[in-house]
Amino acid sequence: MEQTLELLSLSPPGWGANLLRGLVNSIQIALGAFGFGLIIGFFGAMGKLYGSPWVRDLLEVYTTVVRAVPELVLILILYYAGTDILNNIAGAFGRGPIQINGVAAGIWVLGIVQGAYATEILRGAIRAIPPGQTEAARAYGMPRDLMARRVTIPAMTAFAIPGLANLWLIATKDTALLAVVGFSELTLETRQAAQTTRAYFTFFLAAGFLYLMVTLFSGVIFGRIEKWARRGQPSHRSS
Amino acid sequence: MGTARAAVASQLMIRAMLIPRRLIMLGLFAAFVVWCVVTMDWSWLPRYAPLALSGLWVTIWLLVVTIILGFTLAVPLGLAQAIGPWYLAAPARAFCTVIRGTPLLLQIWLLYYGLGSLFPQFPWIRESELWPYLRQAWPYAVLSLTLSYAGYEGEVMRGAFASVQKGQIEAARAFGMPPRKIFFRIWLPQAIRSALPTLGGETILQLKATPLVATITIVELYAVAGRVRQDTFIIYEPLLLLAAGYLVIAGVITLGFRWIEGRGPNMSR
Amino acid sequence: MKLKTTLTAGAAALALMTGAAMAETIKVGIAAEPYPPFAAPDSAGNWSGWEVEIANAICEVQELDCAITPVAWDGIIPSLMGEQIDVIMASMSITEDRAKQIDFTDHYYKTPAVIVTAKGSGITPDDAGLNGKILGVQASTTHQAYAQKHFEGVAGEIRVYQTQDEANQDLYSGRIDAVQADSIAMADFVASGIGDCCEIVGAVADDVAVLGQGVGGGVRKGDDALRETINEGIAKILENGTYDEITKNYFSTTIYSK
Repeated sequence: MEQTLELLSLSPPGWGANLLRGLVNSIQIALGAFGFGLIIGFFGAMGKLYGSPWVRDLLEVYTTVVRAVPELVLILILYYAGTDILNNIAGAFGRGPIQINGVAAGIWVLGIVQGAYATEILRGAIRAIPPGQTEAARAYGMPRDLMARRVTIPAMTAFAIPGLANLWLIATKDTALLAVVGFSELTLETRQAAQTTRAYFTFFLAAGFLYLMVTLFSGVIFGRIEKWARRGQPSHRSS
Repeated sequence: MGTARAAVASQLMIRAMLIPRRLIMLGLFAAFVVWCVVTMDWSWLPRYAPLALSGLWVTIWLLVVTIILGFTLAVPLGLAQAIGPWYLAAPARAFCTVIRGTPLLLQIWLLYYGLGSLFPQFPWIRESELWPYLRQAWPYAVLSLTLSYAGYEGEVMRGAFASVQKGQIEAARAFGMPPRKIFFRIWLPQAIRSALPTLGGETILQLKATPLVATITIVELYAVAGRVRQDTFIIYEPLLLLAAGYLVIAGVITLGFRWIEGRGPNMSR
Repeated sequence: MKLKTTLTAGAAALALMTGAAMAETIKVGIAAEPYPPFAAPDSAGNWSGWEVEIANAICEVQELDCAITPVAWDGIIPSLMGEQIDVIMASMSITEDRAKQIDFTDHYYKTPAVIVTAKGSGITPDDAGLNGKILGVQASTTHQAYAQKHFEGVAGEIRVYQTQDEANQDLYSGRIDAVQADSIAMADFVASGIGDCCEIVGAVADDVAVLGQGVGGGVRKGDDALRETINEGIAKILENGTYDEITKNYFSTTIYSK
């Protein structure tokens, strides 16, 4: 037991600090990917609902492919293709190769995956808005972007939160896949620590505990956000 | 009745594909495929075809076996949470929370390498009946994928059990049906039917989880693509073919679930 | 107006990024897995080992600004070709197959491939000994190529692992009967705590076409400038005794052979 605590301690030769550093990286990547995915998802949902038939079909292809192909495969394709494209662009401008650090590449890759799911979630949430609200806004002559800001987004948020909470959890867990490609995040640090010290159980359980804490903490936060988003709306509990 | 509806649905789908816009897209896609076949390097295909087929078989049987076993485990998990006493509901809930709160990759590695590191400390394991199975990687893959599927579906089934109208159960009890018959004739079938759309999506998610077992030496489809890449250093072609393969399998699964959904009475609720 | 400012700001940022990337740092790619005694991380995340020290010595003597960059082993050649790293120094053997994709520097060490098994297993490093046994190798290595060429129908099963460490772990657990890998890395494993379970039973018959002509640094095809620089560096440290000094800290005999 003492040996276990020693292995996990925060200062060398304990690996605790490494694990925490990996956790910070994981959360950074997850936050970035979630945010990037939300942006893609917003434009994707708009495109799917209000866009031309071409845009709608192309977006359908995007969401179908991303949701059917395993993330590992997508990560590999996007990583190699992404760096190739970036290097080609840089080459066309006569510059040397652009260095993308691990976090940025992870955000790019996972963000595209998240974007497909976010598109569907946001699309469903926007469709769930009572149509009377948007009709009334249009009858008042509200310009499109004002309507989006004042009516669509606030009303859609309450419906989107459960799906987005789930998506956030998927983002945090998908960062573990980046370990297979060698990006430094919690799962890779855990595996390196376990391989160097041979204490596989200890480190994998510790990593599992850390992920669980992130999950539970996120659940609490999203519960609060949902309560805030639903404020003023009629709820099933009669007050 | 179900087949007629399926026939109408497929006719509608075909007609939807035949409008000019979609025809142009299909044409562009076909042109893209032809361009890929002609310009890219496919010399590795003949040599690796047998390996690819065996990888495909491994992916499929892993998917089917873990879904069946996982679902069998998910039903009691969901039931325990829906109506069970606290000493059954709490562990079930804890199990589902832990499984859904930690990455599958971590669970797989914990089972395979974590347990593996314990073996030398118990020398009698090597003499036991189980040893030939403990040496292989597939039991660990099946176990971790099953537990993972059970964790997620336990949560889905909990909601499904809770959503079946109370009135039906009460009516069945009023008729004097024994509890087991109520469960297997009324409650479970209706719960499954209401959960079917979600189950279809979860099955596709399970398909997407299978590549992770390549990290514990199981040679399934993704591992085959990796092998081709490592042997020949060709990066994109194996990956593109791999993605296409998964798309096809996912399409088959989706069609299968739609057919199953079409077979039951229409739950327009 | 707003659009224009955003675009110029973005272009400036991009230019800054690429500008920063143009500084002459040579990224030395090593495998992101512990491979003692050649490279292993400590708990602070610093990599050390014989190969790391040799790389640093070459960089020092050639006055290059090197950055040790861990990359996943099975993506290390694509990383080189994609210019994420500039040179591979990850115990990569010089083989014809690899030479089709990348250029190699001169070799900087050469060691045989050995079979490691549990103590007292009675397995010998040839067809007879490995008949029906489970053999573990690391993916993308000459050992995997060798095993698949020579032991494919002979061994009961050839298991391919992502890292050498995982193969060693499974040998320790008893899941596999034998491991084929580099003799130095295996000597280090057998001398370590859990390596107590196992012993080296001997070297496999040589096959230069598959096992290669020693371990060298990998550079992109056509990157002759860097290749020559590193070759010079290797020659210099062999001459001025730095190579022997570093080797003495890790091994009892020299591991460089012509």
